[in-house]
Amino acid sequence: MAKYMIVDGIRVEFTDERNVLQVVQKAGIHLPTFCYYTELSIYGACRMCMVEDSRGSVMAACSTPPRDKMEIRTNTSRLHDYRKMILELLLASHCRDCTICEKDGRCRLQMLATRFGLNQVRFKDTRPEMPIDDSSIAIIRNPGKCILCGDCVRMCNEVQHVGAIDFAYRGSNAIVTPAFGRTLAQTDCVHCGQCAAVCPTAAIVVKSDLKNVWKALYAPNTRTVVQVAPAVRVALGEEFGLKPGDNSIGKIFTALRMCGFNTVFDTSFAADLTIMEESKELVEKLKKGDTQMPLFTSCCPGWIKFVETKHPDLMPYVSTCKSPMEMFGAVIKDYYKKADEESGLKTVSVAVMPCSAKKAEAARDEFKTNGVPDVDYVITTTELIKMIRELGIQFNEIEPSAPDMPFSISSGAGMIFGTTGGVTEAALRRVAENSQYAMKEIEYSGVRGFDGVKSAYVTLGDTALRIAVVSGLGNADELIKKIKSGEEHFDFVEVMACPGGCVSGAGQPHAYVENKKKRAAGLYTTDKSALVKRSNDNPVVMHMYETGVLKNRAHELLHVHYHTCDKK
Amino acid sequence: MTTEDIKVLDDILSSHDYNPSLVIAVMQDIQRYYRYLPEESLTYISQKLGLPEAKIYGVATFYENFSLDAKGKYVIKICDGTACHVRNSVPILEEMRKILGLSDSKHTTDDGLFTVETVSCLGACGLAPACTVNDEVYPAMTPEKARELIKKLKEAEGV
Repeated sequence: MAKYMIVDGIRVEFTDERNVLQVVQKAGIHLPTFCYYTELSIYGACRMCMVEDSRGSVMAACSTPPRDKMEIRTNTSRLHDYRKMILELLLASHCRDCTICEKDGRCRLQMLATRFGLNQVRFKDTRPEMPIDDSSIAIIRNPGKCILCGDCVRMCNEVQHVGAIDFAYRGSNAIVTPAFGRTLAQTDCVHCGQCAAVCPTAAIVVKSDLKNVWKALYAPNTRTVVQVAPAVRVALGEEFGLKPGDNSIGKIFTALRMCGFNTVFDTSFAADLTIMEESKELVEKLKKGDTQMPLFTSCCPGWIKFVETKHPDLMPYVSTCKSPMEMFGAVIKDYYKKADEESGLKTVSVAVMPCSAKKAEAARDEFKTNGVPDVDYVITTTELIKMIRELGIQFNEIEPSAPDMPFSISSGAGMIFGTTGGVTEAALRRVAENSQYAMKEIEYSGVRGFDGVKSAYVTLGDTALRIAVVSGLGNADELIKKIKSGEEHFDFVEVMACPGGCVSGAGQPHAYVENKKKRAAGLYTTDKSALVKRSNDNPVVMHMYETGVLKNRAHELLHVHYHTCDKK
Repeated sequence: MTTEDIKVLDDILSSHDYNPSLVIAVMQDIQRYYRYLPEESLTYISQKLGLPEAKIYGVATFYENFSLDAKGKYVIKICDGTACHVRNSVPILEEMRKILGLSDSKHTTDDGLFTVETVSCLGACGLAPACTVNDEVYPAMTPEKARELIKKLKEAEGV
């Protein structure tokens, strides 16, 4: 007999649900919660998901395992009062300047206060004022807006193994802080921003560069060029009523032109360049017989920073390829250099990214030419949404358009960069033989899917390559330990800092795992309908190598030498 | 940190088998040696134990008994448990602070000789009001006795 629970008088069957909360969800009721995420450990801090059993005792649904024939209620008078009181107390010690808050309209505290019809706060805020920490290049912490749910702490420690922040002090003095009251910039923070992605309030947010971007758009004698990353197209539409995974890249191009950008490009094009270079590096490495350590990918700036701080000895094994964004940044500035000199215009290069770490990447010295960043400003998907809203652009009604010449064609391989496994699949397509059979073999080799660690054997000519695809820095950390101890051996390892890859980036609209998976699926759908599947079949790419800007200059424009490689 | 400091820390760590779940015991040993937890020592053990600094800082600030500030040569703990409190421990505390120029926010004298702090209970309720100087118990204290005690300690130090 199937096990069941009675939720508000409704019989709900369950099997291996993690907790009562998920069983209640099956009954069609979403219990309010601040501190529960399926991908994090159960913490039971906020007490919003309390339920009452048949004997009248109350318990937190998130931290109670379901029992057969258990009978619970989710909406008794007592629970109603509890929840309202919790919200009132949280709000009492919370900044309430909602209208000028970064998170206005997307703050879970604000949403739940509205949902529960809270209309008064009877208690005074007696906390000492705590300074805002804006030391980091990508992330701002405002302890005054922290509700101590611990989501960021668990994300940073459990999932990412970074451990930049944790709880300190106790009771009413408890705070979330880096060690010894340092600023975030003084920690090993890798700017992945996953803390901000799970923060229910604006206690941790991604830094905005909108002010500078608007300024550039309105400045005279300026050529504004923008590139859009693969993962943006399958998430941005969510805020305008599209389904997660719906590809709205055409509308995004139109909207960017309406915002005032002179030229719009697709970063997927630069992803094709990355594949050309990275696969070349892999083949050369294999040819040299240098197979003790794998070749690690280098597209993700969060991952790069993680290697630099936690595993500096591995830096020589990280690909020297720049990320697609930085490759494009260098190519764009170089391409317009002559025209700018002749016309007196100044090119400002902007990138729309699903990512907070890209902001830190753009500011690195390695990616500056004569002191000027190759990519001047990086804005997130969420920031672009704000621009579209501010201008009153009716996103659903505008017509799609195509990217500008000359970098107007991208392959499907470049587009799947936005999800975990995409870079690997794209690289394999490049190095494998050109046949439908080979493409199918790669697709089903095990590189696809949302799992944190995937491994596969892929045959390449007469050798079998062992490949790993990892997302989430904690998973990468564990895998590195195994590689170092000799327990595992790989030839190629793809790492993305965010669980699931760029579709889950901190610059994307807030989403739970299910929707992130749909975004990834949306990218594969886009790939299916792409005319060009392999990076080396992209005619623009090949033209660039043969006669264009990359002729004899691929190394100069597309590769990087990280300064941290020099330190031993 | 000097090589001597590193040796002290390595000895403490190896006596606990570098086991990260024994971090509290490690920190207690460090505090026993230095009489507080120097920041560099926590950074060092964080690397050796494979625990984030933020986590160790969290432990250090959670427990009242851990101190991140350097303490004086003489650590005076005045009991403010229920028994001592009702037998007038507060005037003793106030007297000590007055003589040494200390307060609620300043616990250690500038010459690094004295630290005055309160504890919730020394477990010596029969001797109330009690205080300890570097773990030696002084029973049935009064403000006068406190003055004499400080005078005696200062004389021993030649100040």
